[in-house]
Amino acid sequence: MKERAERVGEVILALDGVSLAFGGVKALSDVSFDVREHEVRAIIGPNGAGKSSMLNVINGVYHPQQGTIRYLGREYHDMDPHEVAVSGISRTFQNLALFKGMSVLDNIMSGRNLKMQSNILLQALRIGPALREEMEHRAVVERIIDFLEIQAYRKTQVGRLPYGLQKRVDLARALAMEPRILLLDEPMAGMNMEEKQDMCRFILDVNDQFGTTIVLIEHDMGVVMDISDRVVVLDYGKKIGDGTPDVVRANQAVIDAYLGVSH
Amino acid sequence: MKKHLPVLTLGAVLLIGLALPLATGASPAGFYVEVLLGGLMAGVLYSLVALGFALIFKASGVFNFAQGAMVLFAALSVARLAEQMPLWVAILAGTVIMVVLAWLIERLVLRPLVNQEGVALLMATLGVTYFLDGFGQTVWGSDIYKIDLGIAKEPVMILDKIFQGGILVNKEDFVAALVAAALVAGLVLFFQKTATGRALRAVADDHQAAQSIGIPLNRIWVIVWSVAGFVALVAGVIWGSQLGVQFSLSQVALKALPVVILGGFTSIAGAIVGGLVIGVGEKMAEVFLGPILVKAFDLAGGGIENWFAYVLALLFLLVRPEGLFGEKNIDRV
Repeated sequence: MKERAERVGEVILALDGVSLAFGGVKALSDVSFDVREHEVRAIIGPNGAGKSSMLNVINGVYHPQQGTIRYLGREYHDMDPHEVAVSGISRTFQNLALFKGMSVLDNIMSGRNLKMQSNILLQALRIGPALREEMEHRAVVERIIDFLEIQAYRKTQVGRLPYGLQKRVDLARALAMEPRILLLDEPMAGMNMEEKQDMCRFILDVNDQFGTTIVLIEHDMGVVMDISDRVVVLDYGKKIGDGTPDVVRANQAVIDAYLGVSH
Repeated sequence: MKKHLPVLTLGAVLLIGLALPLATGASPAGFYVEVLLGGLMAGVLYSLVALGFALIFKASGVFNFAQGAMVLFAALSVARLAEQMPLWVAILAGTVIMVVLAWLIERLVLRPLVNQEGVALLMATLGVTYFLDGFGQTVWGSDIYKIDLGIAKEPVMILDKIFQGGILVNKEDFVAALVAAALVAGLVLFFQKTATGRALRAVADDHQAAQSIGIPLNRIWVIVWSVAGFVALVAGVIWGSQLGVQFSLSQVALKALPVVILGGFTSIAGAIVGGLVIGVGEKMAEVFLGPILVKAFDLAGGGIENWFAYVLALLFLLVRPEGLFGEKNIDRV
C-alpha cells in the first residue's frame, strides 16, 4: 500500500460546487472533490445518494446547473459523452450496456474505435494500412483479454454469458480505450463473493499495471474500503465525508447515513 | 410446441400453397420454375430496399417511412441527369445527391428530434416523404422518364434442354438481380467485417454505451442514411429501367414495409429472406392463386401482386409479431 501512495500524483480531475437538479428534485447539491492521478477513488453512499448522477456528470450525460469540472487543468463545459470519451475518460455501466448481439471480441474491439484512423473504403477492402491497423488493435485487445482471463469466451455472443463475465467484458471494453481515467459504476453489483474478489483483484491490477486512475461507485462499503485510496461519501446529494478509508470509517455522519438515524 | 402452432400452421399453408401448382399438375415444371425465378429476381430488389430500411431502424430507431420516396427521388435524379451526361456519371452524381440528402436529414430532422418518442420521428419521416415526393417533381418534373441501362430487354430462352418449352428470362432482370444480390452481400460483409460496421452494430445495440466508448452517433447516422440512400438509388435505377421513372415507384418501394415486418425489424438476415419470400409469394399468388379466385368467385381477377405482400405481413403480425428473425421484446413490468 505504501508503494501505491507514493505513485499517486497531481490532481487531474477536480469538481467544484457541482449542483444538479431535475425539475424540483435536487440530485446533487454543492459537491466538491478531486481525483489524483493513479489513485483509486471511490464514491459511496446509500441508495439515492446521488452516486450515479455524480458519475453521469463526469461522463457528460448530465450537465450540472452550477459548479465547475476541471480535467487536466482545463474546465469542461457541456461536453457530451462522446467528447468525454475522446478526452480519455471511459466508463462501465451498472446495468450492463454491452452490445448483446456481438461477440466478446467485437465488443472489446469496439472500444478501439476512437483509435482507428484508416478510412471506411480501406476498411471495406481490408487492404494496406487498414489491415495492419486492425491487427495492431487486435493485439492490444488480446492483451486485455488475457489480463481479464476471458480467453475462452472470445467468440461467444455476449448476451449468452453469465452476469459476472459480462461485467468483465464491460470492463475490458472500457480498458480497450486505454483511458486516463476509468469510471466504474457499481462494478460489484449483483455479484457473489467469489466474483467480487475477482473484480477487486482486476481493479487493483489495472491500477497497478496500467497506472489508470480509477473512480468507482459502490454501494457495498466493505469492499470499497479495502481497495480505495480515498473515499467520498454522499448522502441525499450532499457530500458528508471525504478522506482515506480510515478517516471515513470513523466519521459520525457517515455511520449515521449507513446505519440510519432520524434526520 | 403448442406455442409455435400458429407459426407452424402459417408456414405449412405457405409451403403447401407453393407446392400445390406443381403437385397437382396445374403448371408445367418449366413455367413453374420461370415464375419462381421471376419472383426471386423481384425479391432481391425488395431485400435491398428492406435492408436500407432495417439499417436505419437498427441504428437510429427510426421507422423510416421515407424509404420509398428516397427511391423515387434517386431514380428521378439519375433519369434527368442522364439526359445531360453519360449514365455512369449520372449515377455518381445521384449518389452524391443522396449522401447530401442523408446529411441534411440528420442535421435538420434527426438531430433536433433526438430522444423524442418514436411516433414523433415517424411523423417526421412522413413529412420527409411528402417533401421528397413534391420536391422531386419541382426540381426534376412530373412526367414519366426512362432510364436506359443499355442491356437488352428481350427475354432469352434458357434451360430448354431440361424443361419442355424452356424458361424465358429477361436478361436485364437477371443482371439487375445479380447486382442487387452482390450489393446485399457486400453490405452484409461491410457490417460484419469492418470497424465502421462494428461501430454501426454497436450503435444499434446500445446508444449510451456506444457514446461512452467514443462512437460519434451523428456521424453514424449520416453513414447509415447515406447507405440507405445509395441502396435506394440502386433500386430506383433498376426499377426505373423496368417500369419507367414515375410516381408509382415510391409505392413499389414501400413493399419494403411488409418485407421488414415479415423478416423482423432489426434483422439483416430477415430483410434478405423476407424480400425473397414476398417476391416469390406475390408472383406465385398472381399467377396461380389469381385464376382460382377468378373462377371460384367470378371476379375480374388481377391485382393480387399489389396486396398479397401486405396480407402476408398482416398474418405475420397476428401469429409472430417480431417477424422471422426479429428480437422478441420482453419489457420489464
